[in-house]
Amino acid sequence: MTLAANRIVAGEGVQVWQLATLAETLPGIAAVGAGLLLGVQAGRQRLRVAGAIIGLGGLFWLLMRGAPALMEGAGEYARVSPALGFWCLLLILMLLLADALAQRTPGPVARAGLLAAVLGTLGLILWSGALSPLSIMQEYAGRRDGFADAALRHLALAFGSLAVAAGIGFPLGILCHRKAGLRESVLPTLSLLQTIPSLAMFGLMIPILGWVGDSVPGARALGIAGIGFAPAFLALVLYSLLPVVANTVAGLAAAPPAALEAARGMGMTPGQRLWRVELPLGLPVILTGLRIVLVQNIGLAVIAGLIGGGGFGTFVFQGLNQTATDLILLGALPTVALALVSAIVMDILVELSRPIPKDTA
Amino acid sequence: MIEIDDLTKIYGDATAVDHVTMTVETGTITVIVGTSGSGKTTLLRMINRLEEPTSGEVRINGESTLATKPHLLRRRIGYAIQGHGLFPHHTVARNIGAVPQLLGWERDKIRARVDELLSLFSMEPAAFRSRYPAELSGGQQQRVGVARALASRPDLLLMDEPFGALDPIIRARAQDDLRRIQRQLGSTIMLVTHDMEEAIRLGDMVAVMDGGKLVQYATPAEIIAEPATPFVAEMVGDVERPLRLLSLIPLSELVEDGEAEGAAMPAGASLRDALAACLWTGRSAVPVEKDGATIGRVTFAAIRARAELHA
Repeated sequence: MTLAANRIVAGEGVQVWQLATLAETLPGIAAVGAGLLLGVQAGRQRLRVAGAIIGLGGLFWLLMRGAPALMEGAGEYARVSPALGFWCLLLILMLLLADALAQRTPGPVARAGLLAAVLGTLGLILWSGALSPLSIMQEYAGRRDGFADAALRHLALAFGSLAVAAGIGFPLGILCHRKAGLRESVLPTLSLLQTIPSLAMFGLMIPILGWVGDSVPGARALGIAGIGFAPAFLALVLYSLLPVVANTVAGLAAAPPAALEAARGMGMTPGQRLWRVELPLGLPVILTGLRIVLVQNIGLAVIAGLIGGGGFGTFVFQGLNQTATDLILLGALPTVALALVSAIVMDILVELSRPIPKDTA
Repeated sequence: MIEIDDLTKIYGDATAVDHVTMTVETGTITVIVGTSGSGKTTLLRMINRLEEPTSGEVRINGESTLATKPHLLRRRIGYAIQGHGLFPHHTVARNIGAVPQLLGWERDKIRARVDELLSLFSMEPAAFRSRYPAELSGGQQQRVGVARALASRPDLLLMDEPFGALDPIIRARAQDDLRRIQRQLGSTIMLVTHDMEEAIRLGDMVAVMDGGKLVQYATPAEIIAEPATPFVAEMVGDVERPLRLLSLIPLSELVEDGEAEGAAMPAGASLRDALAACLWTGRSAVPVEKDGATIGRVTFAAIRARAELHA
C-alpha cells in the first residue's frame, strides 16, 4: 500500500519512506493505512466517513511534510509534484468519502454544510502556504494576476452564457409548451446545434462573428470579432439552449392534466396556471436543465481558451504547448473543482425546489 | 335559476350538443346522464365556458354567461371533476382555498372557510389542513375536490363524473354526503354521469342525453315509469325498473296502522329496502319507526300493489 504512494522530483520517483525522516512520514503513512482499513468496513458508514477523513488528512500531511523536505538542497529550479500514487489514493479516499456520505443520505442543508466544510478546509490548506513548495503552486505564484483574470473570465463565460441561455430558453420553452407546432420545429433545430462538435463550433464562430464584426457598424466597438470573448460566449449560449428549452418543456408537461383542467375550471388565467401550477411542479426538472448547462459550460469554456476567449483554458493550452504538466493542471484542477461545486450546489437547489416534501410523495 | 337556451356545439361535421333547452331550479340537483359521446360533458363544459357554444346561450339568474369574461365567470361556478384534479404541490388547505384566494378573500376568512368545509365533509380540520393530496385516501381526495369546488359559495356547482374513480362502497357514501351537504347548503348542482343508478339516487331532476339531444328531462320517478324513448328505457334497464321505482318511494308513503314482527325500519328508508327485508327474513310486513317510536307497518302486499300501479 505504501508502495503506491510515490513522490517525483524532477522526474524521478521518490518513494514515500524516502521523503523525509521516518519520524516525519510515519504518522502520515499510518493515517493513510488506518483510513483505508476503516474504509473497507462496508455497512458501517460512520467508520467509513472517519476513515476517509483520517486517510485524506494523512495524505495531505505527507504532501505538506514531504515537499519542503525534498526541496531542501535541491536547488532553486527544482520542482516537486505529487505522482500517480498520490492521485490514486486521493481518488480512492474521495470516492470512499462521497459514497459513505451518500449512504447516510444527508438533507440539502447538511449537504450544503458539508460542501462548505470541505471548501473551507481546502481553502485553509491553500491559504496557509503549506503546499506552496509544490510545483503547481509555483506555477500559480508566477501567474497570480493572470489566474484571477482567467478565473473571472471563466466564470463570466460559464455563468453569463447560462444566464443568456436561460433568458432566451425559458420564454422559448414556455412558448414551445403552449404551441405543439413550434415545439416540433424548435427542438430538432436545437438538437442539431448540440451535435456540432465543440471544436468545430468554436471554429465556425470565427468566420461568422468575424464577418459580423467587419460588416455591422458598431459591432466591433462592442467587442464582436472572430476571436476572443464574443465567439466563445455565443458558442456556449448555443450549446446551452437545447438543455434549457427541452427541460423547460418537459418540466411544464409534468403537471397532471386533471390538475390543469381543474385550474382552468376554477377560473385561473393562463398566466396564473403557469405561475401557480405548471412552474412550481416543473421547477426541479427545469433546474436540472440548468445544472446540465452549467456543468457542461464550465467544461466547454476551457476550449474557449483556444480562440482567445480566456478562462482556465488559456493555461491548459499554454501548458500543452510547453508540455508543462503542472501548467495544464493549473488550468484543469480549478475547472474540475468549479464544475463539481456547481453540480453539488445545483443538486441542492433542485432538491429544495421539490414542490412536495419527499417523504410524503 | 339556470336557463339553458337552445345550446348547440358543432365540431367540424359532428354535432356534439344539438339545440338543448332546459331550466334548472335553484337549490336542486340535476343529473345529466348518457352514454359516452352523448354530449353530456360538452353540455356541462359550455355552462362555465370551458367550451364556447356554437350557438345559444346560458343564463344564470337571468344574466347571460356571455356577459362575463370566461375566467371571471368560472370563479363564480364550482367545478369538480373525475380524479379530483387536486394540486399535488399544495396542502389540503391551499387546495380548498384556491378559488377564494383568486377572488381576493382575506387570509383569516379563507382559513375559517377551509375549516368549515373540512368539518362539513367529516374531516378533522387540525388533522387534514396541512396534509398533501398524496397523503389522502381516494375518498378523502374526492371530498377535498368537492370542498374546493364549494369553497367560494358558488351560484352553481358543476360536477363531471365526480365519483367515477371511487370503488362502489366509497361511492355510495360520497353520494350520500353530497346529498346531505346539498340539502344543508341549498346548493344548485349539475352533475354528469353515465350511471343511471347514480342519476336516480341523486337527482331531483334527471336529463337523459343521446346523440347530442336531450331526449327526456323529468323527475327520476317519471324517467322510470314513463321513459320517453326506447333509449331511455334501455338506460333504466327493463329488469330493474320496478326496483328502481320502489327505491324512490319512502316507507312513510305506504305506512299503515298495525303490528309487525322483527326489527323496525326508519320511515325514510325506501320501499326497495323494505321489500328486501321482507324477502330475506320471510316476513309479510315490517314495522316502521320514526324518531325512535313505532308508527305502524308496511306490508309486502302494499309494496306489491304500489309497484303494480305502473303495470
